[in-house]
Amino acid sequence: MTLLISKNVTKRFGGLVALSKINIEVKENAIQSIIGPNGAGKTTFFNCVTGFYTPEEGDILLESHNITGLSPDRVTHLGVSRTYQNIRLFKNMTSVENILVGMHPHMKAGLIGGIFRGPRTRQEEKEALTEARRILQFVGLKGRGDMMAKNLPYGEQRRLEIARALASKPKILLLDEPTAGMNPSETHEMMNFIRHLRDELGVTILLIEHQMRVVMGISELISVLDFGEKIAEGTPIEIQNNPHVIEAYLGRGAASGLVQTAA
Amino acid sequence: MFRNWTQRITWSDIVIWAVGALILIGVIWGSIVTINTGKYAPSTWIDLTITGLALGGVYALIALGYTLVYGILRMINFAHSEVFMSGPFTATFAAQALVAMGWWNTYPWLSLLIVMLVSAAVSASIAILLERVAYRRLRGAPRLVPLITAIGASFFLQYTFRGLYGSGLKSFPDMELFSGFWLIGTIRIFKTQAAAIIGAVIMMLILYTIVQRTKIGKAMRSVSEDKEVAALMGINVDRVIATTFALGGLSAGIAGILYLLLFPVAHFFMGFFPGLKAFTAAVLGGIGNVPGAFLGAMVLGLLESVGPSLFLDGLGIPAPNQLKDAIAFTILVLILIFRPSGILGERLTQAKA
Amino acid sequence: METKPSIWVQAVKLGLLGGVVALFLSLVGMVAAFSGRYIITGVFTMGQVLFMAPLLVAAHITLQRNPGQPRSTMFLAGMLSGLTASAVLAALLLIGNNVNLRAMLINASPELYGILSFGRGVGLGVVSMLGVGLLLGAIAAGILLIPERIRGALTRAVIWVLMVGLLRDLIVTVSFRWGPLASLIRQLFAVSGLTVVGAVLVFLLVGGISYWRLGRPKQDAEKVFRQQKPAVRSLILLAIGVVVLLLPLILGVFFSEILDNVSMYILMGLGLNIVVGFAGLLDLGYVAFFAIGAYTMGILTSPELGIATLTWWQALPFALLASFLAGFVLGLPVLKMRGDYLAIVTLGFGEIVRLLVLSDWLRPWLGGTQGIQRIAQPRIGDFVLNTQQELYYLFLLGLVIVAFIAWRLKDSRLGRAWMALREDEDVAMAMGINHVATKLLAFATGAIFSGLAGAIFAAKLTSVYPHSMNFLVSINVLSLIIIGGMGSIPGVFVGALVLIAAPDLLREFAEFRYLVYGALLVTMMLTKPEGLLPEKRRQLELHEEPPAAAVAAD
Repeated sequence: MTLLISKNVTKRFGGLVALSKINIEVKENAIQSIIGPNGAGKTTFFNCVTGFYTPEEGDILLESHNITGLSPDRVTHLGVSRTYQNIRLFKNMTSVENILVGMHPHMKAGLIGGIFRGPRTRQEEKEALTEARRILQFVGLKGRGDMMAKNLPYGEQRRLEIARALASKPKILLLDEPTAGMNPSETHEMMNFIRHLRDELGVTILLIEHQMRVVMGISELISVLDFGEKIAEGTPIEIQNNPHVIEAYLGRGAASGLVQTAA
Repeated sequence: MFRNWTQRITWSDIVIWAVGALILIGVIWGSIVTINTGKYAPSTWIDLTITGLALGGVYALIALGYTLVYGILRMINFAHSEVFMSGPFTATFAAQALVAMGWWNTYPWLSLLIVMLVSAAVSASIAILLERVAYRRLRGAPRLVPLITAIGASFFLQYTFRGLYGSGLKSFPDMELFSGFWLIGTIRIFKTQAAAIIGAVIMMLILYTIVQRTKIGKAMRSVSEDKEVAALMGINVDRVIATTFALGGLSAGIAGILYLLLFPVAHFFMGFFPGLKAFTAAVLGGIGNVPGAFLGAMVLGLLESVGPSLFLDGLGIPAPNQLKDAIAFTILVLILIFRPSGILGERLTQAKA
Repeated sequence: METKPSIWVQAVKLGLLGGVVALFLSLVGMVAAFSGRYIITGVFTMGQVLFMAPLLVAAHITLQRNPGQPRSTMFLAGMLSGLTASAVLAALLLIGNNVNLRAMLINASPELYGILSFGRGVGLGVVSMLGVGLLLGAIAAGILLIPERIRGALTRAVIWVLMVGLLRDLIVTVSFRWGPLASLIRQLFAVSGLTVVGAVLVFLLVGGISYWRLGRPKQDAEKVFRQQKPAVRSLILLAIGVVVLLLPLILGVFFSEILDNVSMYILMGLGLNIVVGFAGLLDLGYVAFFAIGAYTMGILTSPELGIATLTWWQALPFALLASFLAGFVLGLPVLKMRGDYLAIVTLGFGEIVRLLVLSDWLRPWLGGTQGIQRIAQPRIGDFVLNTQQELYYLFLLGLVIVAFIAWRLKDSRLGRAWMALREDEDVAMAMGINHVATKLLAFATGAIFSGLAGAIFAAKLTSVYPHSMNFLVSINVLSLIIIGGMGSIPGVFVGALVLIAAPDLLREFAEFRYLVYGALLVTMMLTKPEGLLPEKRRQLELHEEPPAAAVAAD
């Protein structure tokens, strides 16, 4: 079952064509990746899916629901969640609070509820707190809940960001370079963690990654972008041996043999 | 393109557009009514226009300070209104001294020069001091912090000068050279107005040349573009920023003298309204953009001067000149809502992710 | 790598800086203004403190920055610093004697010169000034040589003597009714300031207590409080509550006026705290809502305009509703704006409201420059609340309600949404937060509180004037929440005490109020932008039940 489809998505900024007729399909429960050299348009694509940008042409469908051009909060309500290339946590709020904000779409209390704290609101807050602690534990941050997000070490911040993204119970999780800045053992942990997410929670995962080890190691399908166009798509083996891909990364006439396979 | 809009418009956008349209309609209607009734003679309109141009010239020179600082630091120097005030306020003392010495009307051009130098020097110094003490350390801080600092500095300077020079009004002596007016056909121009307009234009040209043609101007522009890269190119960023403030201060100081020619009274609060209006002008023209500051200032000056009689009167509002300042503030609000990049500015894109 | 300049160079530089500060305080008029107020009668005045303190501080900082110097160096460096600083003032005396500075600097007056020369004329005055500089420099060195515990006790003792001397009026008035104790306290004071005996007593008392306390381990007041048994805690809270309720009686009529002012600003501060502190929207036009609340009250209750004559209580909901709606209306256009622009636009709105309220055009409804008179005052049965003391309770009630609401909202879904918007608006939107509704709610909620303050204010004065609805009011409120700590509820109280109570208690301050505000704001932003009592995030993970937070009203 296909969860997310982008059909001929094109995004322009003035004269610059950032994305050109991108066709990508993400299957439910899959782990898929988007790779490509810097500036290929990967994050721009994420921004289109999540509603930050509206593509000039094309459509984006989530479970056959057309989400093209919807505002980001609507898109989130429909089940899309993401993390960011350079971590964007709420720095002056604690870990638990970050996660609670993530739960915003699933909670109801407003101004009146906040002031009067009736039984329903109290129940909601209590459940949310329990859930937040659970998520905290799930991502391995138990005990870090009351720390300010800005005081967490880098690796934990990444995990907190994912925790926050999970809090809205998304159908699909977009991870933008989750292993950036990590050493090999942290990267390995993250890879297992991502698989764990899909296996335990049934979340579909779409990944932007630069570390080929990760990409080749966990993706079922890889789409390659270069200069805003999709130049290849396939399984890890297919992509590794695809001359267009090698050329895009290493330049014309480069030797074959792109990357190591997963450990 | 169309779809860019349909899904993004919320009810709040619609309400705002409606209000904006209402205001526009009101302005046009009022203008039509006034012109139809012929309440004001053409000579009055001309008078008002010239006043507007003179005012615009003054605002333009003040606006330059806002626009240059915004261009280089991306911050609104809220205290620039006090930078403006300090020059002319101090210069009135120099003027009074010159009167006592008998130079004021004997050597008018020299006196004017002296007074301008004093004003420019004081304003520039205050600007440099401001940057050095209050702003320099806050360059990387979150947006609110420098703004609050600027507000604090603004009050501090205002009341400092009040404490130093007193809370009274200091009058700027009349100069025989500039008293009276010229008559060109049916057009009447007061000499002070002419001086303001000509002075403003000359200063604008000089400053524009400095920014566009000189080495320091190029340095300023590159620091505006990208501070880090400019530093890597060997530019002393701190010095360039200080120079930018100094230039803005100098411009404001000169503006101060022109302002005193038009309104010969100085006091510690004289910077607040012109400052805000000059800021409006800078935004109107496109903040960060030097010709834009000039354009915006002229437009603002004209609207402020001609506006009350033109459209407020036509809408049946009694004593329309009371609301002159309100026109300027309304323009400010409208521009920031509908076109924050101003008339000549580039579209400001926001980094999303 | 830079080499640090030598201690002597630093001494001179800092001395010059200190001298300039002292010169500034003199020329701006603060020294002269405060010279009427004795700290210790016949001995020294606050004015003298103002010009001598910078000299001492300059020396102190010089020495602090160069630790580990031999004693003689310390004394010499300190004295050099003090001397340089005092030389600046001496220069003023010399120049002022020969040149008429007064033509430009109105405070360069014979009065000032008299103060600076200790009443001894130019020659001796200059010598005395330089001598004082040397002395203060030496004292600065001496202070650093005293063992820490004694130094701490001395410092606190001196500060207390200063404060008690300054607050003489308040203390004498408040203690008036305490019978025999009152006359005892009276003995400590003279017409202005403390008597010598009184000063010595205060000094020894505070010094002794501080010395004793400094010998024991440090204790955080809040922790100590939490550690008490629930029964004890309730008792303490009750005691605080009683004091708060009895404040107008304790303070008497004159000081109740100040109390009202402080309460009003706390009320507004709590409201603006939501807009600026929680949601991060810098609203410089906050006075507009105050005006709307006050004017609605005026329009609906005053017989002058002939529009309506409701009672205060009847008109109150309308005033609140008007403010709430105004919050929406003024918030609508600024939804998409960034920090600086948002601030300027709200400033513009505030001014537009003021100009409209002042205009002749709207005079039939808003009273024009005259304002509106004969506004109703709240009645409870036959009892009309019309004195400062009675109205205090109204302010207090409003304040308590608002503080409660703010406290509740802070840890609610809405509060978190506000904070998320403040931290990172784009990401907050991606979390499903509707930025339009959330921002508008922030504006509107803040607006209601300001409107409430305005409505009570209108009742207190029984009139509203457009001149009291100006930008300075917004700045007052903004300053106090910034200095208290943005987003922090206790911070609002602290800010109000520092910025509203203190200047009101010291009448001399009136002229220099905004000078000090400005300096404080700049200093705070440069050194401690989170404020005096910064926001503390709650502990949510480790506690099963949120801890019972003490909402102290004062």
